[in-house]
Amino acid sequence: MPVETAKKIDDIQTEILETDLLIVGGGNAGCFAAYEAKSLDPSLRVTIMEKAHISRSGALAAGMDAINTYIRRDKEETPEKLVKWSRAQMGGGPIREDLALSNAEILNEGVELLEEWGLPIIKDEDGEYKLRGRYDISIHGEQLKPIIAEKAMEAGAQVLNRVVATNLLMDEDRCVGAMGFGVRDGKFYVVRAKATIVSTGGACGIYKSPVTDYSGAHHQTWMCPFNVGTGYAMGIRAGAELTSLEQRWVAVRTKDFCGPVDTLAVAYGCLMTNGKGERIMEQRYAHLGGEKAPRFCRLNAPMNEWLEGRGPTYIDTTVLDPEEAKDLRTDMLNERPSFVLFLASLGIDITKEPVEIYGSDPYIVGGHTGSGYWVDISRMTTIPGLFAAGESAGGSPNKFVGGCAAEGRLAARGASAYLKNVSLPPVDSAQVDEEKKRTFAPFLRGPAFDGINPTEMEERLQRLMDEYAGGVHQFYRMNEERLVHALKHIRKLQEQAGLLHVGDLHGLMGAHEVIDRLNIAEVLIHHLLYRKETRWPGWQTRMDYPEIDPKLDCFVESVRDPKTGEIKVFTRPYEQLIPGDRLKP
Amino acid sequence: MPPKVEREKCDGCKAEKETLCEQVCPGDLMTLDENKKAICRMPRDCWDCMSCVKICPKGALETRIPYQLGFHVAKLIPLMGTDTITWTLIDINGKVERFHYINRGSLD
Ligand SMILES: Cc1cc2nc3c(=O)[nH]c(=O)nc-3n(C[C@H](O)[C@H](O)[C@H](O)COP(=O)(O)OP(=O)(O)OC[C@H]3O[C@@H](n4cnc5c(N)ncnc54)[C@H](O)[C@@H]3O)c2cc1C
Ligand code: SF4
Ligand code: SF4
Repeated sequence: MPVETAKKIDDIQTEILETDLLIVGGGNAGCFAAYEAKSLDPSLRVTIMEKAHISRSGALAAGMDAINTYIRRDKEETPEKLVKWSRAQMGGGPIREDLALSNAEILNEGVELLEEWGLPIIKDEDGEYKLRGRYDISIHGEQLKPIIAEKAMEAGAQVLNRVVATNLLMDEDRCVGAMGFGVRDGKFYVVRAKATIVSTGGACGIYKSPVTDYSGAHHQTWMCPFNVGTGYAMGIRAGAELTSLEQRWVAVRTKDFCGPVDTLAVAYGCLMTNGKGERIMEQRYAHLGGEKAPRFCRLNAPMNEWLEGRGPTYIDTTVLDPEEAKDLRTDMLNERPSFVLFLASLGIDITKEPVEIYGSDPYIVGGHTGSGYWVDISRMTTIPGLFAAGESAGGSPNKFVGGCAAEGRLAARGASAYLKNVSLPPVDSAQVDEEKKRTFAPFLRGPAFDGINPTEMEERLQRLMDEYAGGVHQFYRMNEERLVHALKHIRKLQEQAGLLHVGDLHGLMGAHEVIDRLNIAEVLIHHLLYRKETRWPGWQTRMDYPEIDPKLDCFVESVRDPKTGEIKVFTRPYEQLIPGDRLKP
Repeated sequence: MPPKVEREKCDGCKAEKETLCEQVCPGDLMTLDENKKAICRMPRDCWDCMSCVKICPKGALETRIPYQLGFHVAKLIPLMGTDTITWTLIDINGKVERFHYINRGSLD
């Protein structure tokens, strides 16, 4: 029966599948994990559960113009130096240096594989990958995602496209797969697996974007708006430990239409300026490191210029000659083509006029900061059988394309070793029935039901977070009372999530997206409340605690009790493995 | 902003079980309307990734910058080759530029 006409839960078909390794999220890390697992053991059954189609999904959907992390050993770069650089970019951390090092050690292999698979990478005179920043190489990555997806499929992974994961399948405290629904076929999927890797990317859309209200372009976001953080949310609901959510990633971007800024500075020498024509990093923020200041300072500085009456702010593209301006736009066509269209719609010649910049909405994303699952060195989370990779895994920031790919491979190795010693329990039909009911509930309330649609609730959450939990419209600032207010209202929204009502499967996906975002927002606020200091201004600005508190030089962690819903927050110590001044790259 | 569908050009991908724009959209936004023409079901939710525009065999889709953000009217038209891509860009003053490069294989 087509699900659109289903009236009761029994009208919905349940598909129970069995595999060895389940990968939830077939993005960059997920496809690399599948490839690695199949390379290690071709007889292993590997299944990818993907909400979109793996050929164009997630962060890489539009393409990429660069791989931000590659280690040129001939230039005396090493994994240790990369980790040191990453730590300095985070204002000295804390970061998980063990994780970052293990990623860095196999980083280059993945990039070289990509070239072998057909990714065009720009070379220098010596035939080496041409650097455009210290660890940054340029690619023509328009086809990056299709290329990676093809390799995962060729390796023999089974791919369930258009299946949206909703929850983990648990055997008491152990993860034994995941469940979800087909957004096209309307079936309920139960995939039983000896080991599961979560690689659903980060969480976009917890906060309101600066462009939302006046254009109807609700998804004018830098991060992929279809990555809503389901991976985190499933872990939160199952009682997994999450780390560093308060380390939000916020970026300076071109104003009104997300285009890159740091790239233009690093690769093309275009610097940020203010309304007075000053080069702001050198002239106003030299004490923070000037042009070499950590990423959060580069976000906070232009926003501060607005606040102090020196806006607007720009990225000075007038230093470019016409050929460079064309190269720059070629890069952008590979990564965010609509940004090139946006420039054309302003009708400006960027070699004559600078481009305006502004802060983005905040994201939770373990590819850029340390937010995500707490994992051990094999990438196993605190839930046995559950692994995490890429933006879903926390602790090691600045992974980007290369690091997320590397981590996918590491998680596959960890999961492959783990699953050799486990067997699958029988199907727990009570758990399956309960999740099936929860999943389809917004769809089965009957046409006369007077409820809430997912868009309304999403917009309400995003405005709440924006105003009370440090969004762009509040210049990322927050204080205790505002956070407590946000928490109270999130709880109310969670209560009313039982009133979500949708008429089709796309709507059902929207309902679960907002439910997942609510889980993340609730835990995020606990993290923001706990860090009574300001360690990364812009990313985490507590107006009531404006200084760094040396006692908080540690990781902030959380676990939600699946039975009571209570959220516990605690700390873990930082361990410095790479010696030296933590603030120096 | 969602892709604008040129209805005369769109043939609803008759030969496919699922239309190509529907297959690729990372946000599950493209579908067919009752007349078997492509439509973006939630215009507000489009990411402007242009995956649908690039894959449409009929050139029936066009990404438009909303007027609230940019002036009327700039165009960006991709043409996919086997291992190259060619973009034609027309700005609001009518200036035309072409970008042509390799997107698969070696750059040498
Ligand atoms: C616009 C943009 C530009 C960037 N530029 C660069 C750059 O120049 N250089 C660089 O190094 N890095 C860059 N990055 C960062 C880098 O691309 C990412 O950090 C990295 O690729 C993320 O990999 P991932 O596998 O963790 O996530 P993704 O590749 O996003 O994969 C997540 C996958 O999970 C799927 N998924 C999500 N939810 C569910 C669910 N409920 N059920 C099933 N599947 C689900 C998604 O559809 C997606 O396929 C950029 C990112 C963006 C967004
Ligand atoms: S891909 Fe093009 S031709 Fe096919 S349905 Fe979509 S718009 Fe129409
Ligand atoms: S531009 Fe991207 S997000 Fe928008 S409809 Fe097309 S494929 Fe979907």
